[in-house]
Amino acid sequence: MNEDKDILVEEIRELRKPTSRGTADILREPRHLSSELTPDEARGKMAAMTRRSFLLGGAAAAFGVLGWRWMSEETKYGLLRKTFELNERVAQTFYSPNRLATEFRRDQITDARTNGDIGMPAEFDATSWKLNVGGTAVSIDEIKAMPRTEMIIEFKCIEGWSTITHFAGVRFSDFAAKFAPNNDRRYVSLVTPDEQYYVGWDIEAIMHPQTLLAYEMNGMPLKPEHGAPLRLASPTKYGIKQIKRIGKIEFTNERPRDYWAEQGYDWYAGL
Amino acid sequence: MATHLERKHTLATRWMHWINFPLLAMMMWSGLLIYWSYQAYSINIFGFHIFAFFPDGWLDSIGLSFRLAEGIRLHFFFMWLFAINGVAYVIYTIVSGEWRSIVPVPSSFKRAPLVALHDAHIVKEKPPQGKYNDAQRIAYTGVIVMGAGSLLSGLAIYKPTQLAFLTAMFGGYQWARWVHFWITILFVLFFFVHIIQVILAGWRNFQSMITGHEIVEAEPKNEVVT
Repeated sequence: MNEDKDILVEEIRELRKPTSRGTADILREPRHLSSELTPDEARGKMAAMTRRSFLLGGAAAAFGVLGWRWMSEETKYGLLRKTFELNERVAQTFYSPNRLATEFRRDQITDARTNGDIGMPAEFDATSWKLNVGGTAVSIDEIKAMPRTEMIIEFKCIEGWSTITHFAGVRFSDFAAKFAPNNDRRYVSLVTPDEQYYVGWDIEAIMHPQTLLAYEMNGMPLKPEHGAPLRLASPTKYGIKQIKRIGKIEFTNERPRDYWAEQGYDWYAGL
Repeated sequence: MATHLERKHTLATRWMHWINFPLLAMMMWSGLLIYWSYQAYSINIFGFHIFAFFPDGWLDSIGLSFRLAEGIRLHFFFMWLFAINGVAYVIYTIVSGEWRSIVPVPSSFKRAPLVALHDAHIVKEKPPQGKYNDAQRIAYTGVIVMGAGSLLSGLAIYKPTQLAFLTAMFGGYQWARWVHFWITILFVLFFFVHIIQVILAGWRNFQSMITGHEIVEAEPKNEVVT
């Protein structure tokens, strides 16, 4: 406290001086003056420095602008895609399955939105639907018989909007333990029955405890437009990865095709 | 009184300052491409709608619609360069001692209004000035804090599950987006004020940001010969 007062007193004394530079003096800002010059010398040096700096700066700016223009669209696209992959490696390095997304209360639930219908033609017989898991057919009753998990999370669209949504279903990790035990594959491919929509997931994110194969949404059976009879739901990826009306699931070591990645979006899309 | 050349801005400061300009421009440009897909913000005062970001069709008219994927690709490339340049600048400023020219002290906030009054020709008395005056110190430190805010709110939006604590610090995902957006608007306002002040300060001041030096008539004080 006393020390503070001393500094304050010094500050005021410093400011009262007729030559005070104010805060600069308080913080002891140094000045960097050259030795004494004649006005002509000073102007001459200044002109030389100005020429040199403008040339150098101009060259750097031209290099940047022309370099960016000179690169073909394919090269640029490749560079940016490589950066997506770099970002993915960084995210994977720091990824922990123990970090959970915030969960919300029931009264915080907001209206759901429908944004995509690719892979979901109107003609579809949900009653005869079976999920194909690496060649095995699994019925919705078998899935519903498994331990049920519920969550109220923030569903995030890559466009920027989000909704607070309740999902109920089976943890993907529980499902995998039963239908694909002892597998050490690095990716999972999920495809709609008509194969028009398809997503790829890294194994870490799909095994996250908040990644569900959901059959209920906001307390109701999943509606057709939201992906009945079974969809993916997870706060670890954007909505583009949370495929609706899943037809086929495969575990693979090859990076699976991904609909929106093929349209120029990030394959990883991890949150 | 004698003529000297005064070294105002070091080579490192000048490079980082000028490099930041195209980097921030690219972040804003790609940010606009992203913003197009969810145009959430507007200015409302007492429930009255004043201005929407952005007026209907404005982004369409300048060709920024339906380019979300491209925007994301650019944003997540230039974010690295913007962050590296900003972090390098802060470290450099601390280590080199340049911070002494830039940070305000508590009493700066009392003296800063004097700068504005003097600039507006209301008060004759010249405010105390080192390399920068107190209003400049507040502005230049503020813009660094804004940069840090952009990075942190950006991270909170980028990884809201893995960095859930950070997102929570901003009050949640949509508040982090709100902060990220409004800091950008502040950057734009800063830019315009900065440009006007640079024009008013004149050629010699501008030249010093290019060459690093300025001709001064001065009694050497705390002299460091370079």
